[in-house]
Amino acid sequence: MKASLKWLKDYSDIKLAPKELARKLTMAGVEVKDLQITGSTWNNIVVGKVIALNPHPNADRLKLATVNLGPQQITVVCGAPNISHGQKVPFASVGAQLIDGHTGKPILLKPAEIRGVLSEGMVCSEKELGISDSHEGIMVLPPEAPLGMPLRDYLGDVIFDLDITPNRPDCLSIIGIAREIASLTEQPLHLPELGYEETEALIDSFVKVDIIDPSLCSRYCASLIMGVRVTSSPGWLQQRLSSYGMRPINNVVDVTNYVMLEYGQPLHAFDYHKLEGKQIIVRRAKNGETITTLDGIERVLSPDTLVIADKEKAVAIAGIMGGSDTEVADKTTSILLESANFNQAIIRQGCRCLNLQSEASIRFDKGLNPDLPLLPLKRATQLLLELAGGKAARGIVDVYPGKLEPKGILLSAEEVERLSGLKVPLAKIFKVLKSLGFECQHADSASQILVVTSYWRSDIRCTADLVEEVVRIIGYDKVPVTRLSSPLPKQEPRLSLRAQRSNLKQRLRNILTGCGFQEILTYSLTSLERLQKLSPKFELKIPPLRIANPMTKEQEYLRTTLCPGLLTTLAHNQRIEEKSIRLFEIGKIFLPQGNELPQEKEMLCAALSGPKAELSWHGNKEKLNFFDAKGVVENLLNQLGLEATFGVSDDESLSPRRAANIIIDSDKVGIVGNLHPRVAQAFELSDAVYLIEMDIDRLLSKTIKVKQYQPIPRFPSITRDIALVIDKQVSYQQVEDVIRSFPLVKKVTLFDFYRGEQIPEGKKSFAIRIVYQSPEHTLTDEEVDIIQKQMLDRLHQELGATLRS
Amino acid sequence: MLKQLKELRREALSELNQVNELRELNSWRVHHLGKKSKLTQILRSLATLPLEERKKVGAQANEIKRALESGLVEKKKFLEEIHLATSLEREGLDVTLPGRPVPIGRLHPIPQVLEEICDVFKNMGFQVFEGPDVEWDYYNFEALNIPQWHPARDMFATLWVDPEMDKESRLLRTHTSPMQIRLMEKKRPPIRAIMPGRVYRYEATDVTHESMLYQVEGLAIDKDITLADLKGTLFEFSRCLFGEERKVRFRCDYFPFVEPGVEVAIECSACHGTGCRLCGYSGWIEILGAGMTHPDVLKRGDIDPEIYSGFAFGMGVERIAMLRYGIDDIRLFYRNDLRFLKQF
Repeated sequence: MKASLKWLKDYSDIKLAPKELARKLTMAGVEVKDLQITGSTWNNIVVGKVIALNPHPNADRLKLATVNLGPQQITVVCGAPNISHGQKVPFASVGAQLIDGHTGKPILLKPAEIRGVLSEGMVCSEKELGISDSHEGIMVLPPEAPLGMPLRDYLGDVIFDLDITPNRPDCLSIIGIAREIASLTEQPLHLPELGYEETEALIDSFVKVDIIDPSLCSRYCASLIMGVRVTSSPGWLQQRLSSYGMRPINNVVDVTNYVMLEYGQPLHAFDYHKLEGKQIIVRRAKNGETITTLDGIERVLSPDTLVIADKEKAVAIAGIMGGSDTEVADKTTSILLESANFNQAIIRQGCRCLNLQSEASIRFDKGLNPDLPLLPLKRATQLLLELAGGKAARGIVDVYPGKLEPKGILLSAEEVERLSGLKVPLAKIFKVLKSLGFECQHADSASQILVVTSYWRSDIRCTADLVEEVVRIIGYDKVPVTRLSSPLPKQEPRLSLRAQRSNLKQRLRNILTGCGFQEILTYSLTSLERLQKLSPKFELKIPPLRIANPMTKEQEYLRTTLCPGLLTTLAHNQRIEEKSIRLFEIGKIFLPQGNELPQEKEMLCAALSGPKAELSWHGNKEKLNFFDAKGVVENLLNQLGLEATFGVSDDESLSPRRAANIIIDSDKVGIVGNLHPRVAQAFELSDAVYLIEMDIDRLLSKTIKVKQYQPIPRFPSITRDIALVIDKQVSYQQVEDVIRSFPLVKKVTLFDFYRGEQIPEGKKSFAIRIVYQSPEHTLTDEEVDIIQKQMLDRLHQELGATLRS
Repeated sequence: MLKQLKELRREALSELNQVNELRELNSWRVHHLGKKSKLTQILRSLATLPLEERKKVGAQANEIKRALESGLVEKKKFLEEIHLATSLEREGLDVTLPGRPVPIGRLHPIPQVLEEICDVFKNMGFQVFEGPDVEWDYYNFEALNIPQWHPARDMFATLWVDPEMDKESRLLRTHTSPMQIRLMEKKRPPIRAIMPGRVYRYEATDVTHESMLYQVEGLAIDKDITLADLKGTLFEFSRCLFGEERKVRFRCDYFPFVEPGVEVAIECSACHGTGCRLCGYSGWIEILGAGMTHPDVLKRGDIDPEIYSGFAFGMGVERIAMLRYGIDDIRLFYRNDLRFLKQF
């Protein structure tokens, strides 16, 4: 909303400097985004009148213009094609600061000799005055511009650019803002005086108004003016519309717009003679009904749109835009002026259906007060009579099926203090609310007042609303600064699932960063293609939830796995720099559950690729491999006090036989493995990529147990190394499982793994260190020999293992 | 015999003087103090000497033994020092050579800032709760005084899972405020909670706009909680995060689910309040929206607004991180370029 300071001054005595005023308004909730000051540099520029035009003796395109400046006349050279006799123009004398029309830079006007003629001043274009970029011709002022008046006084202004919140449609008007200023500065508000002459003939004999559904139109007011002359508006009116950024059209339309900007109530003018049956019907549009709107577009309507119809057809889209059939044109002589109240929802619905917004609809869709239409209608009728002539029919049509009895709200000083912490005497509350135009009365109880909302406000419904009004006018900066003094809520037990989960996530993040992984955060939304790329067959494991109105194909589906985001990030960074990259993300995935909200599951996903270490003189140019990834998993679980076993995984995103399920107490908590080459290719990844994925909740279920202290062993251990030769197909896990099944085995470490020349074809060799320990006594070699003998026998029987000689 | 001893002493000490290495020192010891050394033999033969002579020779020989032994210890110490010094010299390093690289992992800046924010409030007794990203229209809008066709819906460009129909339509939450209702449904006053999480906007991205953001919601409900308490809490937050000197502005603003409503801005870091491009020439940068919980919202949480009052606030984590680190393009956060992430 743009508001001109000059216009505001019509209603309120403004003494504050514009900047301070802007600060006050902003603090009170009416945010001033920007201040545009026009004319502050206009010295030596006045309103002049072109009284003579003569050809330049030495140049065809130039003219010698004689301009009357009031006390004196001056003749200057002018090249503008649009200059003509009798025009009022802005005239700059020597010394004026202007904008150079060509370079756009500020210049100081000096006397100049142009083709042999001395020119001491100039007629200015809008660009030279810094008003706009227009430099095709001189700026022409309205004929009533006072001769000799400094241009700064005539045109200079301050335009406030305001950000009006949706609850304050009343501030989408000059009076609304002036009222805020008046209240904030404790000045009176001057409203226009209304009154005009009416004819004998009653309006009811000329027009009948029917509201089909009062819930969609709670009030419809209209006046009728006959015998008008449609012309262009006077300059002052055009200037005011321009200050808001509105284009003047004709005196009738301009008056409706002017009053809308003045009061915040949209109005519409119909050409009365074009209304069939002299009837106004407010109804929903029929399915497929068409109307050509004022912008010349033919629109097909649906019952989601409210229309104003005559006996035959829709003549306007209610509250949004008029129809061209009943548009006010030069030949129009009688005007039916509408000032109504439409339901905000139907207006919004209509705007959405038609993909159309207007100055009227942005006011109606905020919900205007149905008590508002009458005064603006009277104001517009009065202005029309003044500016377009004609005679008003007696009375006003006022169909008001939605009228509600005004309800008062009780307010006390205690309530203001209870919510705001600000002590305000009741008398002050009374005064502030009065200044905002609320009706205040002393209530039955001496400590309370009864407040009735004013006709222009639609946002005051409860005491809290009134408390805000009182506090914002007194000033939020007057609110004391205190600290919460109420008792603390019960704290969450450390062992609660919630506390443990957040603790686990924190620990995982710390462990992984400690292992050299960079944390990343990727979008929850992804593309179908990216999800499909995770499968070498391009198939989806889980159908993802789709967004009904996606912005892009890239962000169309809710992720069902963290992998695509992670792999895309990895590929992006691989392209930038070839090096060792380790990334992880902990975040939610979204698993559809029919029409319910999706299951939001927290996952951990990590990826690593490239060399084991950064390039350095220490060597180690080896690439990361599966066992680096697995080592990270083991380290991580170990730090959480968990131990996992690893079984072959058939996850299709990973290479067969190079992927493992991470199993804790026979539950799968995640996977680790080599990314399938096809998947790597699809994500445009270079280098082998290793992936770790874990389910946070499953991990949590394993870590939730309270740790139990184990006594430190008191008796010494015995260590034995064995070297086994075994079939290639037997996994190490099988061997370890057999070894661990024996009593007193405390620790099993594989310290060498060999395949090659010294071993028979089809075999491999494990060198394993076994530590034996008893919690009860010092072990003897004989005891260990017996156990180990049995162990080797079983390894032989079950797995075909022999001791390597 | 005494003469022989004298000679022995002179010879031994002069040889000791010549010894330059620990290995030589050992052979000197064997030679002069060993079992087969002359001195040992003399000492062994003492018994065969007459008493008078035995006393004299014995005293002399023992004195020599002590002298040689202490010479040995001294020399050993001396040689060890030299040995250590040479080996230290030999083993010296070029300490300017780079160390062995250890892989470096860092946390993303957003969770880092998020944690700082949460810590400030935790210290004021707030508890952390989380909620779903995919929400019902009811929690995201309707229960927060934003029914369908309410003009405030314009403030939230929404990504819908279902078409926007009624309160049972699903959407990606546009703010963390739905958690206010969810929490009130479960907890009774006193409530002091912060609720961080992801929020989503149907918004084309540019330097200041993202389609996904992190927010921290706050809610405090009890008897006699006032706007002044909100002001104090948020001023304390700003002091903790931005420092004592940073000016804070507490102004009236509108959010449908609070009344009175508040916007908090801090003095622009780039221009210190004089106005620049960063702050849109206002001198202030908005960091959060807040207000006193609307009575209708309390009622929906089954809390009696005549007895209880409360405040709520919501802030964008990215905005605060940008102010903190001087980041001028919000898109950097989720582009996850390591050249960016490694700076935090």
